[in-house]
Amino acid sequence: METLTEINWILACYTDDVPENGGACIKHGDEQIAIYNFTRRQEWYATQNLCPHKQQMALSRGMIGSAGEHCEPKVACPFHKKTFSLLTGECLSDDDNCQIKTYPIKVDAGKVFIGIAC
Amino acid sequence: MVGYKFCEKLVSKTSAFRIIVFGEESRAAYDRVHLSEYFNGKSAADLSLSTEAWYAEHDIVLHLGNPVQEINRSTKTVHSLLGDTFEYDYLVLATGSSAFVPDIPGVEKDGVFVYRTIDDLELIKAYAPNVKKGAVMGGGLLGLEAAKALIDLGINETHVIEFAPRLMPRQIDSAGSAMLQSKLTDLGLNIHLNKSTAYIGGSHKIDALHFNDESALAVDMLVISAGIRPRDELAKLAGLHTGTRGGILVNEKMQTSDENIFAIGECALYENMIYGLVAPGYEMADIVVNQLTGGSKLFYGYDMSTKLKLIGVDVASFGDAFITEPDCRTIVFEDTHKGIYKRINLSPDGKYLLGGILIGDADAYNMLLQTVNNKMILPPNPEDLILGSRGDGEATGAGVMSLPDEALICSCEAVTKSAICGAVNDGATTVDSIKKCTKAGTGCGGCIPLVKDLIAGTMKANGVYIKNVICEHFDYSRQELFDLIKIGKIKNYDVVLDHFGKGDGCETCKPVVASILSSLWNEVIVKQDTIQDSNDRFLANIQKGGTYSVVPRIPGGEITPDKLIVIGTVAKKYNLYTKITGGQRIDLFGAHVNDLPAIWEELIDAGFESGHAYGKALRTVKSCVGSTWCRFGLHDSVSFAIEIEDRYKGIRSPHKLKGGVSGCVRECAEAQSKDFGVIATEKGWNLYICGNGGSKPQHAQLLATDIDKETLVKYLDRFLMFYIKTADPLTRTATWLNKMDGGMSYLKNVIINDSLGIALNLEEEMQQLVNSYHCEWKEAISNPDMRKRFSHFINAPEEKDPSVQFDTMRSQVKAKDW
Repeated sequence: METLTEINWILACYTDDVPENGGACIKHGDEQIAIYNFTRRQEWYATQNLCPHKQQMALSRGMIGSAGEHCEPKVACPFHKKTFSLLTGECLSDDDNCQIKTYPIKVDAGKVFIGIAC
Repeated sequence: MVGYKFCEKLVSKTSAFRIIVFGEESRAAYDRVHLSEYFNGKSAADLSLSTEAWYAEHDIVLHLGNPVQEINRSTKTVHSLLGDTFEYDYLVLATGSSAFVPDIPGVEKDGVFVYRTIDDLELIKAYAPNVKKGAVMGGGLLGLEAAKALIDLGINETHVIEFAPRLMPRQIDSAGSAMLQSKLTDLGLNIHLNKSTAYIGGSHKIDALHFNDESALAVDMLVISAGIRPRDELAKLAGLHTGTRGGILVNEKMQTSDENIFAIGECALYENMIYGLVAPGYEMADIVVNQLTGGSKLFYGYDMSTKLKLIGVDVASFGDAFITEPDCRTIVFEDTHKGIYKRINLSPDGKYLLGGILIGDADAYNMLLQTVNNKMILPPNPEDLILGSRGDGEATGAGVMSLPDEALICSCEAVTKSAICGAVNDGATTVDSIKKCTKAGTGCGGCIPLVKDLIAGTMKANGVYIKNVICEHFDYSRQELFDLIKIGKIKNYDVVLDHFGKGDGCETCKPVVASILSSLWNEVIVKQDTIQDSNDRFLANIQKGGTYSVVPRIPGGEITPDKLIVIGTVAKKYNLYTKITGGQRIDLFGAHVNDLPAIWEELIDAGFESGHAYGKALRTVKSCVGSTWCRFGLHDSVSFAIEIEDRYKGIRSPHKLKGGVSGCVRECAEAQSKDFGVIATEKGWNLYICGNGGSKPQHAQLLATDIDKETLVKYLDRFLMFYIKTADPLTRTATWLNKMDGGMSYLKNVIINDSLGIALNLEEEMQQLVNSYHCEWKEAISNPDMRKRFSHFINAPEEKDPSVQFDTMRSQVKAKDW
């Protein structure tokens, strides 16, 4: 997908700050961003830290995993186990229309960068 | 609801119609059946059935807050409140009903409400905080729902005023009403029958109800729920025929007196009957859709059987509930002790079930309704249908699989047994997938137990061996995976997944495997922190608002004054809310994740250990005072409770474990409500196992009598280890026993007589776990890497989560409501 907005890459943290196959939260201004180190898949993801279900700052503390035949990467909120796709931010738990924000993420020489649209 | 269902059914059949929907309320369709759940946590969004986006997606034009004001039948147009005019080919009236407000002086006063829409509920909710005494006028179904709502709103004194001599006169008979009344009175509701209200007192605000018998009742609030009135004013204005007591007259095609205008739901009057339930409304919607798309389906009335839970009491009536002898034979079961009343009406020859009433226990409702509707031949002892079979043997009734194919399982969505079994054969083997492909169970949800039984029954009939696999990533039961991991000596989640699973795991299998690894090897769980459920990952219970609670172990509930002072000091220092738990310890709430290591450091320095309140592990062993102080005590229950708690502390299990030790038969430690309970006798100790509190309380059962301490601990080792190895995930010991083939006699044989020849193994395995005990918090605070994980922001470790906010209540902090 081609995006027309300019992306500003910010240094979020270092790779060993985020536990293997788990998440951690970073502060960017007033924003809380959850970063996931999906070691098993050699992948990194970033989403909003807020779970829209009960407005809790908790997604970074959730368990990550995969759903379905195509192994869609997902995170489960620790509060009530609502699950969200790490790719699209779509809520995967049934009959829910809520959506979370995802951020572009890249890793370079032990540093983790998050793309913030500006 | 019915109007929305009509749209849903029509767009699923054809796109030949342009649909325009007018609604009076500002909200799109929402679930009125579960309206009272608004007061115990459901939001308006939870109740909504649809979104404006759904209408847009299906090219339906939605006008909210813009009701039709006038119908011009000659020009076939409607005029709306906001002044728009639209043409129609067909018009469907689904105007529903409004609350009937009797003409009593004073109904206009402040504090008088009706109970019908979310707006009504919001008004009630806003008014409730200052109300001490509330009353509901009307003891019917809706009135009792409203009374439940007042109780949920925290109104201490709630009254129900009914004009008739009994509750729910339309659904149940007088014996049933009497039973319901006594149950509800026990639950704290004040019920007044035979009361007709003369006027509502108070200057501008209600302060009392005055009755025709000259008595009065002081109240600050009144909710009127005296019945419904069909909304037929628009139809009347347009000259359509209506009933003398309200309702738009319709024929079996749901046509009104104008063939291009239909009426469905609670506004429609069919053969002198208003159908005030959702299922017949949906059926009417289906009839109109069928008519419009060229079908010829007709409405022939509808079964008004219903099952509800009113203030925690099951109430059901089905089929012909009121028929009496000599037109039928009745069997009645009444148990005033437990508050159960059951009545079934049989055909005079005893072959068929005609209807009945269930109060207090309506588990049999689904099967009984099916038996009526499908005219199934009754078994020789039809009383077994409501009493259950007595003595040993299989449960009576042939079960769901004996139902005929056309049996209606889900009446909200009109789904038959054959449709569900067909879907199972096509691969839909979970309730969720059945919901998706048949819609069964998506309405009131009452049929879900039947759906589950049908799935299991169909799969079994197909020769599929049903086992409880853990999740999509592991095709094994917990017990199988336990053995595989043990034999393979595997200690790491990813290796387990590579060997025995597929994909990348999930929030279901990760904690299951974590628990198995811990039960087998007892390593420090935070070494693999990201496969632990949040509570185990941070060694504390996550609470509303994102803070954690801290529970130090207080074995047997015994604590020194010095230690109490430490808890108080720590709580004060970190601004924690303190509460005594049900397990005789102290819970400290509201800790920021950053503060957890420092809090535990102080507690551990004072000699405390982790209480494992966050883990599926041994919680507490509760004790009474015992023989050291109590004049009745036979043995020292406190010392024994401490000994047992110290033995099994920290051991991970499929679910939490609780124990209790009582020093005499008075049982002050409530040991028989625990997973294991010990009670002192003159000659030794009695051991009870597999009890629990929770949503389905169950007493523990006696395993052994008058045994000494050593034997008791040996039996406990065997029992707990056998449970840990064989139970499904998140299954308490009581449920584990209930599902066990052979039940208690089998378990007794395994534990006491060693019928499987594994007793020695179980004891050794338990001893290994006991020997490898460690305090997880001690390990966590002394390891800098682990300690680092206890921060909210990794790029600002000192900063706390700014979204955490507290209120104050009774001089302590309280999490902000969500």
